[in-house]
Amino acid sequence: MSMDRKEFLKIAGISTILGIGGTSVVNSLRNLVEASQISPNPEALTGKRWGFVVDMSKFNTDEDYQRCIEACDKVHNVPHINNPKHEIKWIWKETYEHAFPGQGTEDKYLSEKIKHMPFLVLCNHCDNPPCVRVCPTKATFKRKDGIVMMDMHRCIGCRFCMAACPYGARSFNWRDPRPFIKEENENREFPTRTKGVVEKCTLCYERLAKGLKPACVEASKGGLIFGDLDDPNSEVRKVLSSHYSFRRKPELGTRPSVYYIF
Amino acid sequence: MYNGWKIIIGLIIFVGLITAPFIFSGKKATAKPDPKVDTPEILKLPENERKCVEAKSYMKGEHMKLLNQWRDWVVRDGDTIYTNAEGKRYTISLQNTCMKCHSNKTKFCDECHNYAAVSPYCWDCHIAPKEKKS
Repeated sequence: MSMDRKEFLKIAGISTILGIGGTSVVNSLRNLVEASQISPNPEALTGKRWGFVVDMSKFNTDEDYQRCIEACDKVHNVPHINNPKHEIKWIWKETYEHAFPGQGTEDKYLSEKIKHMPFLVLCNHCDNPPCVRVCPTKATFKRKDGIVMMDMHRCIGCRFCMAACPYGARSFNWRDPRPFIKEENENREFPTRTKGVVEKCTLCYERLAKGLKPACVEASKGGLIFGDLDDPNSEVRKVLSSHYSFRRKPELGTRPSVYYIF
Repeated sequence: MYNGWKIIIGLIIFVGLITAPFIFSGKKATAKPDPKVDTPEILKLPENERKCVEAKSYMKGEHMKLLNQWRDWVVRDGDTIYTNAEGKRYTISLQNTCMKCHSNKTKFCDECHNYAAVSPYCWDCHIAPKEKKS
């Protein structure tokens, strides 16, 4: 069959148009199939920027702190290692001097009570998280709802994030944590970690997905207030609008999402 | 042939050495894996509900890909519900969905993984179901 240039161009043009149209149809169909495969749990708590308010007036006895810490450790299989060089911390007690460095020593007329008061600290789930910026594998990343998440599958244990975090909220597994989790405290619904990964508070993403509040909030009896900082009607915003609040090291520009009030 | 006997003896020794692993290991090393799906949890289900998340043939060949996608969907995207080809919904979780039925990790997972000489590191972190030693 002989074909002149005009005819060839016609056929080429028509088939190109058909081709483009065809792929878009196929693509939209494929997206439909894929979209129907996975979905978030409809009961899940959703927000744009989860945050906490720590009401220090509710923390008076050692028991008040311990309740929150133990609730977290139990739910997440956090090991209890006595060696401070190896210990794993998700939520813990910190002295004023360490939680808010500079201020305690600088302000010598600060009330003695505050100066010697332990503060409950945890990952700040920063709006501008330095740990995420330095992670070479994106094992730590910021979710759409503001949670600074850890993907243990991807962590290579380089500990850049630990160097980057100004709050010391990250712990490295120097050794296998399993022997340090008591069997009766083990939560068989949640994984442990393995040697060589960095871990930290994950804001109970697994509980939020089921519509539950974080374990520490549940255990705190009102000492920890949890909610969406982006939502002006949320509980945290209401508390923040009626109290003077402060955060850890705000001058670093990490925009922490954990607020402290008295 | 010069030194014919020496060469033949040498050849016999050579063939013997090469085939020794196959002869001595016998059937044991080559025994076909036989993963079991007869856990009490599965047997408790009515006959017509004894189905995995996806078809058996798909799970056999592609479960590692499915698990890989599951982990990304849950950990990275926060999507925790999986709808299978039949429209049934499952919570995406190795520990709480897969292993709730397949509570026999040694007979179900390890059987094939050992045979294929693959050692996935799932159980370094994920807690395997407790099994009765029989």
